[in-house]
Amino acid sequence: MAATKHTIVALVEDKPGVLNRMASLFRRRGFNIESIAVGHSEIPHLSRMTIVVDGTTTMVEQVRKQLGKVIDVVRVSDITGDDVITRELALIKVKATSSTRSEIMQIVDIFRANIVDVGSDSVTVEVTGDEEKIDSLLNLLRGFGLKELARTGRLAMTRGASSPLRVEKGSPKSRAKKQKA
Amino acid sequence: MKMSGAQIICESLVKEGVEVIFGILGGAILPLYDILPRYPQLRHILVRHEQGAAHAADGYARATGKVGVCMATSGPGATNLVTGIANAHLDSSPMVAITGQVARPFIGKDAFQEIDITGITLPITKHNYLVLEAGSLARTVKEAFHLARSGRPGPVLIDVPRDVFIEEAEFHYPSKVNLPGYKPTLQGHPAQIKKAAKLINEARQPLIIAGRGVIISGAYAELKQLAETAQIPVVTTLLGIGCFPESHILSFGMLGMHGMAYANMAVTTADAIITIGMRFDDRATAKVSGFAPNARIIHIDIDPTEIGKNVRVDVPIVGDVTVVLKELNKLITAIEHIDWLEQLDNWRKEHPSTVIRDSEGLLPQFVIRKIYEVTEGEATIVTGVGQNQMWAAQHYQYDKPNSLISSGGLGTMGFELPAALGAKIGRPDNIVWCIAGDGGFQMTIQELATVVQEKAAVKIAIIDNGYLGMVRQWQELFYGKRYVATPLSGPDFVRVAEAYGIPGLRVKHKEEAVPAIEQAMAEQGPFLIDFVVEPEENVYPMVPPGASLAEVLEEPRKEAKAVKDSAKLPVSNI
Repeated sequence: MAATKHTIVALVEDKPGVLNRMASLFRRRGFNIESIAVGHSEIPHLSRMTIVVDGTTTMVEQVRKQLGKVIDVVRVSDITGDDVITRELALIKVKATSSTRSEIMQIVDIFRANIVDVGSDSVTVEVTGDEEKIDSLLNLLRGFGLKELARTGRLAMTRGASSPLRVEKGSPKSRAKKQKA
Repeated sequence: MKMSGAQIICESLVKEGVEVIFGILGGAILPLYDILPRYPQLRHILVRHEQGAAHAADGYARATGKVGVCMATSGPGATNLVTGIANAHLDSSPMVAITGQVARPFIGKDAFQEIDITGITLPITKHNYLVLEAGSLARTVKEAFHLARSGRPGPVLIDVPRDVFIEEAEFHYPSKVNLPGYKPTLQGHPAQIKKAAKLINEARQPLIIAGRGVIISGAYAELKQLAETAQIPVVTTLLGIGCFPESHILSFGMLGMHGMAYANMAVTTADAIITIGMRFDDRATAKVSGFAPNARIIHIDIDPTEIGKNVRVDVPIVGDVTVVLKELNKLITAIEHIDWLEQLDNWRKEHPSTVIRDSEGLLPQFVIRKIYEVTEGEATIVTGVGQNQMWAAQHYQYDKPNSLISSGGLGTMGFELPAALGAKIGRPDNIVWCIAGDGGFQMTIQELATVVQEKAAVKIAIIDNGYLGMVRQWQELFYGKRYVATPLSGPDFVRVAEAYGIPGLRVKHKEEAVPAIEQAMAEQGPFLIDFVVEPEENVYPMVPPGASLAEVLEEPRKEAKAVKDSAKLPVSNI
């Protein structure tokens, strides 16, 4: 079974130490976490986590179930393969001389990214998009010399009206596509 | 009504029906202890090491079915609980541990006797709390007990800063818990249950493997009905022993690394296996690729993370064992499997795993058998870990649930004495025998003082061979008999017992065994027998590491099939 990237979203209680619990769980179970993005959700006192895991289907199934077992986790869902919008934000500080600056600006334009800072020997680019877009831009900018890079990690949301994370009374905590082994 | 945090905790414990607390006090938790005498319903038992408190609470929980409670102070008191908490976690014992913590302004400043116990116990508790205001205490205690005893039980730790014990707040005990992130699934999926029933009804060589989940759920009648209706033989894991009477005609013993050969053969040949409340621990399954190669597997368990974790199963059913079996039983047709049962019976005759050979010397297996005979199988047996544990599992016949109390998942040496104490305190009318190895016994020997102080009539049998027996066995079979750090000296246990105020005897010869056991039974209070047994006796059957259940070693051969060089051992757990 091949390892692929899976996206898991979870609603967790906004209590001190919850992030610690999750991180501790990943380390202990040996899960390969690519990125975690956490922030407020639409429900007061609940935070939303978007986790990208690299693994086989079986292993990711374990991740999802183990996360669900944590008392502070209210809902968890594996939305890989669902119709999702994924976005990420990156700040990229590139080396720029007077001769290369306009070329960089052209590339930034093509990607509909923005230059948010200009220095004597660098520019800082802000780009939002899915991972492929950010990776492509990065590859092109690498040639000029990367000084600094900060990425937020993936955010994901399903298209349309349904939400896999909707908290209903009495409903099981984590939604599985099928009750699989 | 306004009261101090300490009072709120005591009131809450009383509301939860707590009757016994095992603990040792200290500076940080002193305000709580100061209030305790106002609550005579809460009996406090002072142990001699906090590890003893945790194991006693565990033994108490297993014997009574109630939540075991232990308390300790901050710093070293809390860290001393860690082994006992981890032990409860791995065996799913319901426990609440309350630890004192330094006052709030001192937290995070490396204060005197300060330790981040919530951080340390994160991976070994079902949940834990650091309570930063007295107003949250009642709700926290309510949640803690609910979590400890429901779903898949486990230990919950509550860490309370010293000044929170003193702070005052309104006491109101909540009637309900509000845990949006905790909703254990109790009902099994009807389609899965139907699928399972079909598989069972069509099977020609079905087998049930029952684990501790049956005992936690109390599904004895349902299991019996399933087995008897469809005439399915039953084997159990170590911790499942007692969930199905071993005297029953359909009982075929224990499977696993030291299980009966015929039980392992049954697993290997079955075409349909119903696994109930067990988690495919590596001691039970041996090599996973060789586990039940011919069977479709049904897995019933309340914890969804256990489904498919170690072994791929065909029909997973998440739910409470009793609830699921009730539904499943409605769909099972009455049927016979005469040939299959005969086959198992023949295997049992050809591979008499529980027959004790003749010997001049005192055999440990013989000691267990005699304890069984004198107690008529009615005692609660609390074991240590290692050879003594395996022999106790093999050579005593258990008919009732929780008649065997043993540390399975963590395998903690030193569990035996404090857990036996806890079991006896919880069920004073039970006859409780503590079976210990001479190594493990020395790890928590200090609790003999607690046994005496509490007048707990625990009978202690030390299987004394002068070795860390199980490790020595491995060294003999797989490490070219290089006995590194396994020969172990000990004190004169009888004199130590007497020094603590417990009468005792030494037994060196076969004919002394029964009279000694009878004398122990006749004694009103605690009694210790030091059984000096054949020193290099091995536990058989044995499935060597890396082998599958089918490759069980049976005869007491000192070399032969065993792998001689440890470097060639296949990669497996230990």
